[in-house]
Amino acid sequence: MIAVPDRVTDPVVVRGLVQVAAATALAAVVVAVSSLRNLDLERELGGSFVRGFVQVLAMGVLIGALFAVPLSYSALLLAAMVCYAAWESRKRGDGVPNAFRISVVSLALGSSVVIVTMVAAGAIEQTVRNLVPVGGMIIANAMKTNSLTLDRFQGEVASNRAEIEAVLALGVPPERAISEFVTESVRASLIPVVDAMRTLGLVYIPGMMSGMILGGANPIYAAEYQFVIMGMIFAAGGLTSMTTSLLLARSAFTDAAQLRAFEPTETTLLGTLRAAVKR
Amino acid sequence: MTKLRADELRYEVDGDTILDGVSLAVDAGETVAVVGPSGAGKSSLLRLLDRLDEPTGGTVYLDGTDYRSLDPETLRKRVGLVPQQPALRDGTVRENVTIGPRLRGESVATERVAELLADVGLAGYADRDVSDLSGGEAQRVAIARTVANDPDVLLLDEPTASLDSEAEAAIERLLTDLLATGERTAILVTHDERQAARLADRVARVADGRIVDVGAPREVIA
Repeated sequence: MIAVPDRVTDPVVVRGLVQVAAATALAAVVVAVSSLRNLDLERELGGSFVRGFVQVLAMGVLIGALFAVPLSYSALLLAAMVCYAAWESRKRGDGVPNAFRISVVSLALGSSVVIVTMVAAGAIEQTVRNLVPVGGMIIANAMKTNSLTLDRFQGEVASNRAEIEAVLALGVPPERAISEFVTESVRASLIPVVDAMRTLGLVYIPGMMSGMILGGANPIYAAEYQFVIMGMIFAAGGLTSMTTSLLLARSAFTDAAQLRAFEPTETTLLGTLRAAVKR
Repeated sequence: MTKLRADELRYEVDGDTILDGVSLAVDAGETVAVVGPSGAGKSSLLRLLDRLDEPTGGTVYLDGTDYRSLDPETLRKRVGLVPQQPALRDGTVRENVTIGPRLRGESVATERVAELLADVGLAGYADRDVSDLSGGEAQRVAIARTVANDPDVLLLDEPTASLDSEAEAAIERLLTDLLATGERTAILVTHDERQAARLADRVARVADGRIVDVGAPREVIA
């Protein structure tokens, strides 16, 4: 495993700042070009870059602090990650009924099955320094798949509302009336994971493997471990997407088998949590 | 004998009243046309009768049974709605005509498909792709798709609204044949009063979410 500095005065951290400055300069070029081309994306590009840096740095500090805390805290942290990932993900399906609740359940299920299995198999060490970053990576990738499922599902229902209702009006059970569009949402959401698997090692040389090789690990072991990671991402994404789609297919209809209107819902994290608990 | 009865149906969306206490009884074998201007609530009434939307107040009785006590799938098999837009799915005419039974896990005999298509004037169209159909042909497929369930009640929402006069006349002839047997009860929503007079036994006029007049075509339509 790559050593993580636990003090901000560590010379490695100071050297890292120079590298951060270089990466920031490159990002600034992108922002400047977008500004010159009047793409009106400076705020979004710049904002996401700064936000990403602050978040990842905070995570580094937090993980450094977590080395001293008991193992059970990693479960709490992963649960918090699932909630925040679900909160971000639900925006992709804004208006989809119960998008937040569905995302929490699917992400928790998809990620936990994979994390528990891989801990049992010994692929993830039972230490905070392993569980939190690897678990976070699995949750983040499951979130991407979940977001794509929600986004596609919302789009499919919006474009095919008349087709779905025409079939409902024939006495077809709701899950069957919408199944074609649910399948399409799952298929679309898994395209990036499937493509990454297909091109693994040929086009796509993932970050973790590169990092391990740069850190001096045996390249064959790095490849093996990268495959394990990809397998975990694949499994978590697949489980998450399929759970989400199953729950979406139910949530889209009322008890009287009527297709619900997809209306934008609560927009604050606190309000969403409160609404989810109330239900 | 009353087949379908709307009892004080109310429907509100975001505080706007779409239907304001609509009551209408339709006898078995009867065709009732619902006429009125755009936005009067005609299509909303049909959606409520098929329980695609939930009434804010009132209910509907099918053969004397409150439709809320029926399983929605059973209700919709017995009360079939032909939507204004055919809303066909990608695929062949056969796949669309049989989609109801198929998605319920039932099979439809080839002879039955041929019979349904012959009834709507599309004999030999079974293997055509629906993207190759004209507007009138697509509407016929939508009618056959609903009739494939052999519903007791047929709800027709502006079946000729987007068609040219030739296709409109053909669909009217088809509906006349379908409804002539007297075995099927039908509610036809149309903005075309002459069409209502040609096809219906009775006409109900809707305005501002209420039925303001109901009776024989010559009494309601001036």
